[in-house]
Amino acid sequence: MIGLLIDITLLTLLVGVAIAIARMKDLFAVAMLAGIYGLLTASFFVAMDAVDVAFTEAAVGAGISTLLMFVVITMTGRSEDPVRHKPLLALLVVTITGSLLIFGTLDMPYFGAPDAPIHTHVAPRYINDSMQEVGVINLVTAVLASYRAFDTFGEVVVVFTAGIGVLALLSVARRREDDAVIELVNDSMHEQHLILRIVTKMLIPFILLFALYVQFHGDFGPGGGFQAGVIFASAIFLYALLFGLSTARRVINQSIIRLVAAVGILLYGCVGVVSMLNGGSFLDYNVLSSDPIAGQHLGILLIEWGVGCTVASVMVIIFFNFAGRQEDNQKAQNEEDIDANRAL
Amino acid sequence: MLIGLYNYWVVVVLMMIGFYIVIAHGNLVKKIVGLTIFQTSVFIFYISIAKVEGGTAPILHAGIEVYSNPLPHVLILTAIVVGISTTALGLALTVRIKEAYGSIEESEIQSQDNQIQDAHTQGALSQSTESRESP
Amino acid sequence: MTLDINTIVEILSGFCLLIGSFLCISGGVGILRFPDFYTRMHAVGVTDTLAAGMILVGLMLQNPDALVVIKLLMILVMTLFINPTASHALAKAAFHNGLMPVLDDTEILNSKERNKTTDNDLEPK
Repeated sequence: MIGLLIDITLLTLLVGVAIAIARMKDLFAVAMLAGIYGLLTASFFVAMDAVDVAFTEAAVGAGISTLLMFVVITMTGRSEDPVRHKPLLALLVVTITGSLLIFGTLDMPYFGAPDAPIHTHVAPRYINDSMQEVGVINLVTAVLASYRAFDTFGEVVVVFTAGIGVLALLSVARRREDDAVIELVNDSMHEQHLILRIVTKMLIPFILLFALYVQFHGDFGPGGGFQAGVIFASAIFLYALLFGLSTARRVINQSIIRLVAAVGILLYGCVGVVSMLNGGSFLDYNVLSSDPIAGQHLGILLIEWGVGCTVASVMVIIFFNFAGRQEDNQKAQNEEDIDANRAL
Repeated sequence: MLIGLYNYWVVVVLMMIGFYIVIAHGNLVKKIVGLTIFQTSVFIFYISIAKVEGGTAPILHAGIEVYSNPLPHVLILTAIVVGISTTALGLALTVRIKEAYGSIEESEIQSQDNQIQDAHTQGALSQSTESRESP
Repeated sequence: MTLDINTIVEILSGFCLLIGSFLCISGGVGILRFPDFYTRMHAVGVTDTLAAGMILVGLMLQNPDALVVIKLLMILVMTLFINPTASHALAKAAFHNGLMPVLDDTEILNSKERNKTTDNDLEPK
C-alpha cells in the first residue's frame, strides 16, 4: 500500500515537472528541471525494484545529461523564441495519439499482476535456473552479461559509435597550451572556487573507488560496467569543472582515452572469438574454463570490464569535446571583441 | 482499474508531453529535451511492467520467493546509456547548426535555407533565359 | 516494567526518524515561505543536512547488519561533506550573478508580490 502511494506520488510529480518543462522559455531552467526529472525517474526505479537501472539513471539523467545541456546552452543561447503560430494542430495530434494509446492500455494486465504474459515467458528460466547455469546472484548481471551478451555487445558498439560521431562533429585540432597560461587560469579559479575545490579534491578519490566497487561488485549486488562507467566519468567531469579543462586534459590524455574506448570493445569481441576458438559459440563462456561456472565468471568479469572501459571513456570523450568546443568559441569571440575594439 | 492502469496512463501522458514539445517547439535544444522526456517515458513503461506484486529486486537471496522480472531491467539499463550517447550526438549536431546558421530556431533556419534556395533558383532562371535568348 | 535493550533502540530509532522527517518538512515549508533566495537557501541547507543525518542514524539503529551500518555511515559522511558545499556553491553563484539579499520590510513586500506573479507564470496549471 505504501509502495503504491510512493509510486503514485512520484509519477504525479514527474508529470508536473514535464509540464513545467514544456511551458518554460528559459532553457537554463529547462535543463535544471530535466535534471530533477532524471532524479525523480531514478527514485521511481528504486520503488519499482530496478536498483541497477536506478543507479544508471541517477548518474546519467541527473548528472551527465544536465551537464551536457548546460555546456550546449552556453554555446547556443539561453532563451527560446516564443512560439509564433498557434500550437492547436500539434495539440490535436497529441490528444488523438494519446487517447488511442490510453485505449490500448485498457487491454493490458494490471500493474504488478504476477500472471502477466511478460512474467510467464523467459523470466522463470532466468530466476530459477540461472544459479546453476551462470552462478551469479545478481540476475540483472547474469542476463546482461551472459544470456543476452550479444545484445549488450550491440549496445556497447552503439555507444562507441555515438562517441565517434561526437568526435567527428566537434573535435578541434589544438596546439599544446602554454604552461604559464594554464597556471594563470588555475590560480584565478583557485581563488574563486576555493571551498568547492578542496571538497572536490577530497571526494574524487572516493567517487573513483566507488566506481571500481560498482564495477567488480556487479555479480553480488547492483552494479556492472555501464553503471561503473558513468560514475567513473562523472568523477572526471567534476575534476574538469573545477580545475579547468586544460588541467584535466593533462591528467587524462586524449589519445589514450580514445584508445581505451576502442580497447574496451575489442576486449568484449575477443572474449567472443576466444570462446569460438575453444569450440563454443560466440560469447558462450562455458568453454572458457574447464569448469562451466568458472568460465561464466571469467567471461562476465572480462566483458563487464570492457563495457566499463568503453562507456567511461566515451562519456569523457563526449564531455571534453563539448567543453573544448565551447572554450574555442569563447576564445574566438574574445579575439573578435579585441579586434573590434582596436578597429574602433 | 484506475490504480491498476495508473502507471501506464502516466507513461502515455509523459510520452505525449515529450511528443508535443518535439513537434510544437522550434528551439532545437528544447526539442532534444522533449525527446529525452519521450525516451524516459518508455523506460518508465518497461520498468513498470517488470514489477511483480510483492516481489523484490532481482538479486537472489535465501528465503525470498518472488522477484521482479530482470529482463526489462537489462534492456533499460543499456538503453539509458545508449540514450545519453545519442542525445549527446544530437546536441553536437545542434552546436554545429548554431555555428553554421547563427541560430537554433527552426523557423530561422528554414528561412535562411529558403533564401539560399531562392537565390539559386533565381540564378538558374536568369541563366536559362540568357541561354534561350542567345541563339 | 523493565525495558530491554531492543525496545530502547527501537524507540531511539523512531525518535531519530521522526525528527528527521519533521526537519525535512520544515525545510520544505521554509523554501515556500521565506522572502528571498538566501533565506530560502538557509532554510533548506541547514535543515536538510541535519534531517538527512537524523534519518540515516535512525536507519542505522534499525539495522542489525554491520555491513549495512557501515554503508549508511559512509553515506552520512558524504552527505555531511556534500550538502553544505552544495549550499555554498548555490549561494555563491547567486551572489556572483548580482542577486542581492532582501533586507528591509518594504522590499520583502515588493518581492512577495513579484514572486506571486512569477510563480503564477511558471507553475503548471
